[in-house]
Amino acid sequence: MEELFGMSSEVNTDMKARTFQRHARESFKSLFRNGWMTFASISAVTITLILVGVFFVIMMNLNKVATTIEENVEIRVHIDVAATKEERAALEEQIKSISEVSSIKFSPKEKELNNLIDSLGEDGDAFKLFEQDNPLNDVFVVKTKDPEDTIKVADKIEGFDHAAKVKYGQGSVERLFKVTSVSRNVGIVLIIGLLFTAMFLISNTIKITIVARRREVEIMKLVGATNWFIRWPFFLEGMWLGILGSIIPIAAVSTIYYYAYQYLQPKLATNFIQILDFTPFVYQVSVLLIVMGAVIGVWGSVMSIRKFLRV
Amino acid sequence: MKNVMKKYSNGVIAVNGLDIKIKQGEFVYVVGPSGAGKSTFIKMMYREEKPTQGTIMIHGINLAKLKMSKVPMLRRNIGVVFQDFKLLPTLTVYENVAFALEVIEENPRNIKKKVMETLDLVGLKHKAKMLPTELSGGEQQRVSIARSIINSPKLVIADEPTGNLDPETSWDIMNLLEEINNRGTTIIMATHNKEIVNTIKHRVIAIENGRIVRDEQRGEYGYEG
Repeated sequence: MEELFGMSSEVNTDMKARTFQRHARESFKSLFRNGWMTFASISAVTITLILVGVFFVIMMNLNKVATTIEENVEIRVHIDVAATKEERAALEEQIKSISEVSSIKFSPKEKELNNLIDSLGEDGDAFKLFEQDNPLNDVFVVKTKDPEDTIKVADKIEGFDHAAKVKYGQGSVERLFKVTSVSRNVGIVLIIGLLFTAMFLISNTIKITIVARRREVEIMKLVGATNWFIRWPFFLEGMWLGILGSIIPIAAVSTIYYYAYQYLQPKLATNFIQILDFTPFVYQVSVLLIVMGAVIGVWGSVMSIRKFLRV
Repeated sequence: MKNVMKKYSNGVIAVNGLDIKIKQGEFVYVVGPSGAGKSTFIKMMYREEKPTQGTIMIHGINLAKLKMSKVPMLRRNIGVVFQDFKLLPTLTVYENVAFALEVIEENPRNIKKKVMETLDLVGLKHKAKMLPTELSGGEQQRVSIARSIINSPKLVIADEPTGNLDPETSWDIMNLLEEINNRGTTIIMATHNKEIVNTIKHRVIAIENGRIVRDEQRGEYGYEG
């Protein structure tokens, strides 16, 4: 019975090049025919992607800065002056046994003093007096595998014997973690909101295109066109809208980042803060924006055709 | 062409308990007052509507169970002609007919040959380059018939093909459908045209209130007006 109907093998899963040409032609025609709607959707995508692009660049850089700072967070465990060598070794073992700890380094008080003197520059000379009778403690410098665990680990160490004082920049570390996590979440929410807006606008444009071609779609269905055959031109149209909409954002974000980088990099470098280098980063952002444009375009069109295909 | 039985409802029951069998090559009129379920009957044949109960078999394929993805394949084997022609106004006669082949991705070399042959059959070869709006109603219906038979379907379904035409033109269309039928194509035609049914005698299936009330070979229209 399959043969009777010709329903067998050569169903349309493999699209012929000629058919694809036809779809591409149709989709372009449609772009021009709906001039103003096309313009409106492209603008919507453009604005969305500019904002997404800017947010993304800022977020990624904040992230980068935050991770550099986070990586430098260390716990300084001041060892009780009265502690014997054995007791010190026991403390070291105890700290090592905490699973979140990645490294521990012993820093004798002489070294600590030198560091202090060095870090204060000229004023540090005053502390040279202490070289005879060092008031500082020996210190274990502890690093955690995940910077977020710093506080937890510090609290644990505080409970151990012979740990006189535990310092990790209390307060400022908490604040740093809070700022980075809030900015990440806010950025993600904003980006998702914007993406939906653009998708909605594109889906409306495509809907208008389809309403204009409703009769054509109906006849296509009646003479036996497959859903995919009907869908392709709209699909492509959505994709063009998205890709065209991503051109200006890419140019804008690249240019802005170029100048921002030139301006900020030398200033920040003196504070040991690094932002992301221009070249690989801008390419990554560009690819991301094109893909996002295409995806919201296609998604918008798919949403709006669905209804019309149920004939 | 085998047609078993179908029951159908969409809130209201449009058609209930139909049970008929139509053989390959038959010419069948479907008659009945407006709202009797004729259109539903016709629509189910090309699977625009799905029966809620029962089965419709065409060439051994059960339309009630046909997957959505297979519907296009079904329609390629059924020609459909409408009262309002359903032509695309921006395309020429030739393009309108070729459209049916294009969307099923027919080889372009075959398209031209087939379209011209079919237009010749319906007697519109000389008007291939005109737009549908430049043609008379009868001619437009011929174009739509040409489009429906271009895939050489075994079955043509006509939903009041003469509904919008004057009597004289209607006879021309009927002659054309007769000719197509003589080539072995089954034709199922819903109509209100008493004169045609009574003159060109064929099997008549009368539907009232969603039920078959009469099924006669070489029947009469049987309604007044």
